[in-house]
Amino acid sequence: MTDLKQLDLDLRAGRLSRRDFLKAAALFGLSAAAPSVLLGTPAYAASEPKKGGHLKIGTGHGSTTDSLDPATYENNCMQSVGKTIHNYLTQVAANGQLGSELAETWEAADGAKKWTFKLRQGVEFHNGQKMTAKDVIASYKHHSGADSKSGAKVIVDAITDMQADGDYTLVITLKEGNADLPYQLSDYHLAVMPANADGKVDAKAGVGCGYYKLKNFEPGVKTSVEKFPNHWNAGAVHLDSAEFITIADVTARVNALTTGEIDAADRMDVKTLHLLARNKNVRVIETSGNAHYSMPMRCDTDPYKNPDVRLALKYAVDRNAMLETVLRGHGYIGNDHPIGRANRYLDKNLAQRAYDPDKAKSLLKKAGAEGLKVQLSTSDAAFAGAVDAAVLYKEHAAKAGINVEIIREPSDGYWSNVWMKKPFCFCYWGGRPTEDWAFSTAYAADAEWNDTVWKNEKFNKLLVEARAELDEAKRAAMYAEMQMILSDDGGTIIPIFNNYIGAVTDKVGTPEVIANDWDLDGQRAVLRWWKTA
Amino acid sequence: MMSILRLIFQRLGLGVLVLFAVSLIIFLGVELLPGDLCQAIQGQSATESTVAACRKDLGLDQPAPTRYINWLKGISQGDFGTSLANGREISELIGVRLSNTFFLAMVAAVIAVPLSLALGILAALYRNSWFDRSVNVLTLSSISFPEFFVAYILILVFSVKLGWFPSLSDVSPDTPLLERLHKVFLPALTLTLVVMAHMMRMTRAAIINLMASPYIEMAKFKGLSRSHIILHHALPNAWAPIVNVVALNLAYLIVGVVIVEVVFVYPGLGQLIVDSVQKRDIPVVQACSIIFAATYVVLNLIADILSIATNPRLLHPR
Repeated sequence: MTDLKQLDLDLRAGRLSRRDFLKAAALFGLSAAAPSVLLGTPAYAASEPKKGGHLKIGTGHGSTTDSLDPATYENNCMQSVGKTIHNYLTQVAANGQLGSELAETWEAADGAKKWTFKLRQGVEFHNGQKMTAKDVIASYKHHSGADSKSGAKVIVDAITDMQADGDYTLVITLKEGNADLPYQLSDYHLAVMPANADGKVDAKAGVGCGYYKLKNFEPGVKTSVEKFPNHWNAGAVHLDSAEFITIADVTARVNALTTGEIDAADRMDVKTLHLLARNKNVRVIETSGNAHYSMPMRCDTDPYKNPDVRLALKYAVDRNAMLETVLRGHGYIGNDHPIGRANRYLDKNLAQRAYDPDKAKSLLKKAGAEGLKVQLSTSDAAFAGAVDAAVLYKEHAAKAGINVEIIREPSDGYWSNVWMKKPFCFCYWGGRPTEDWAFSTAYAADAEWNDTVWKNEKFNKLLVEARAELDEAKRAAMYAEMQMILSDDGGTIIPIFNNYIGAVTDKVGTPEVIANDWDLDGQRAVLRWWKTA
Repeated sequence: MMSILRLIFQRLGLGVLVLFAVSLIIFLGVELLPGDLCQAIQGQSATESTVAACRKDLGLDQPAPTRYINWLKGISQGDFGTSLANGREISELIGVRLSNTFFLAMVAAVIAVPLSLALGILAALYRNSWFDRSVNVLTLSSISFPEFFVAYILILVFSVKLGWFPSLSDVSPDTPLLERLHKVFLPALTLTLVVMAHMMRMTRAAIINLMASPYIEMAKFKGLSRSHIILHHALPNAWAPIVNVVALNLAYLIVGVVIVEVVFVYPGLGQLIVDSVQKRDIPVVQACSIIFAATYVVLNLIADILSIATNPRLLHPR
């Protein structure tokens, strides 16, 4: 059932991405010679979107400690607000293609080390200032430096030099070649803000050049935005205004949606989704992306030092059962590497690892570790259902002669005291839009979040090579090989990928293609959706 | 009269001491929590260098006693400091939420207190009748259910099925009073159901207890009606225990409504303190705790004064 649904989604996405591209290209007078320039907002749907109206979105995230500084965006609420009030150099369109936003075109030179971005002219900030390359440089510098607290520090620290060549050309020089830089510049942290005279930005002011400007910000309660009439592409969005309301409790979110007090909500509960789907006034929106649950084992600790033991533990999980139990089928099974359906170079030919207790047994015999006993740390802080998943895994592994002792850790402080500290635990990843990003974040030998302390020479060599490779086919082959190495030798079990599940009322119109890179249509629901009544 | 004034000053002095002790306990408690603000705020994406930068920025690298003393100094001058998490003034952060919390507590109290007193008196008047028993069963049932359950049932009936009241109580400072009352009705009703039993049973018990006293018997022999006896003879002497229970429940309405706030998405103080504990935003936690402690001190003070003022024996001790 789920597979069928997913196939249908994929098919539609595939069919539409071409049509979208052609339509958009014709509309904006772009030649076919510039295929990377694809305006992704908005996607074109069968029914004509209506202009105007006010959209109320209930999000499960958002906290009183939130701040408007893009460097601190850490939850779906603030990231969605960021994409609404800010523009970025590039953006990922609903179909997963990289599109332009503030940068009109870009090209790489010197083995993808030197990048030249041609910026859009006539872009106005909400405070009336005109956007130039200086603003982009100041905005990016906000994330760099020893004192930076930014989640985009890794991206910005790879930049050795930024130069403005006139007002509308930006030249970025990197330490090493990186073919994915334009993708990375779509990161929600890297908002372009107006520079002050001293070359700094006032990051907490919430002033950007996005489609909507900030009207009211009450952290953890509500954020309201209204349309910015002077936006360079103001006609592309439909709504007059919108608000994000933090509703932490999922039942309260569903209640608010069914009573029509909000128009859309994210993160529906998989346990009650079938009941919600019966409601005629509510439409469930589900996409399969790169978000996944993982079980990292520390490769510098016994018994996980032995690759055969790791492989045995990978064969000892019944992924389908876990998918059905923990996610009620709302996801897809993983293959022990973090590359998902929203990635470009997912290797579909890589054999899917199955549940095979006998194989696990023989691997343990080979490793001389029969009757293996392991301790698995878990808590629902890792993801909702992580404790259930641990109990399931204990059952599955018992058939392979592995004795899993479950240690229930406190949710509070899980990320500082358990994850990356305990030898075998649960973790989740939101997924990254590019392969390089996913691998460099958690699987490269020197990555700060290498939660498995896995150091594979070949993998790390390929990682650097693939990063600077501009030939698509060669790159795909390299990434396929890396997926295989990680799946067979890596220190993490990735049993399941979880879907993004949101819902809207019948008063909301959505494009046919919904982005699968984040919740809420790639966190761009306000820019892409419209009100029908 | 002098004795009351002396009592008030005595209690106020003790209250300040209590607040000081509470601040110390809270500070130590927060210190014992694993992890700190910088780790909590960056979550899974924290790295050693970003955490170190963040700590230095917020002054978390200072030793705990220094931070405590600095904070006490500030608070004694009415300066709660700024939130570590988002740099906003705490007084500004708390101000709106505190008034929201007081508003909800007030609406709930305005419904709950007269209702439970009236029901308690009536239950005592018609003791052991079907009315007495059904009131007891109803109030005891509503207090026995968890708050969120009562809230969801009310939402199901009044919001989803009937559509009379909204399930979201997302009030903001510029919400007009009537709309505000409409929006907080369901949370206030939930709280009423939760606190009513306690006050109602205490009223009933206090009156029934007095009904066995010789002076009530005397009144009966004088031929007074039962309702007259209860209202004019029993009730004045029953005020002391009732007032204390009412004060306790009023304090609960202010400090204990986190679950109701979450279910109805009401921007009160409870949600702020939960968020702040999770994020290790120590100054906000401390400020909220001080306010909560102060609420208890003040309400208990008022209860004591009222119970003394309504009781001539306590008012003029020999």
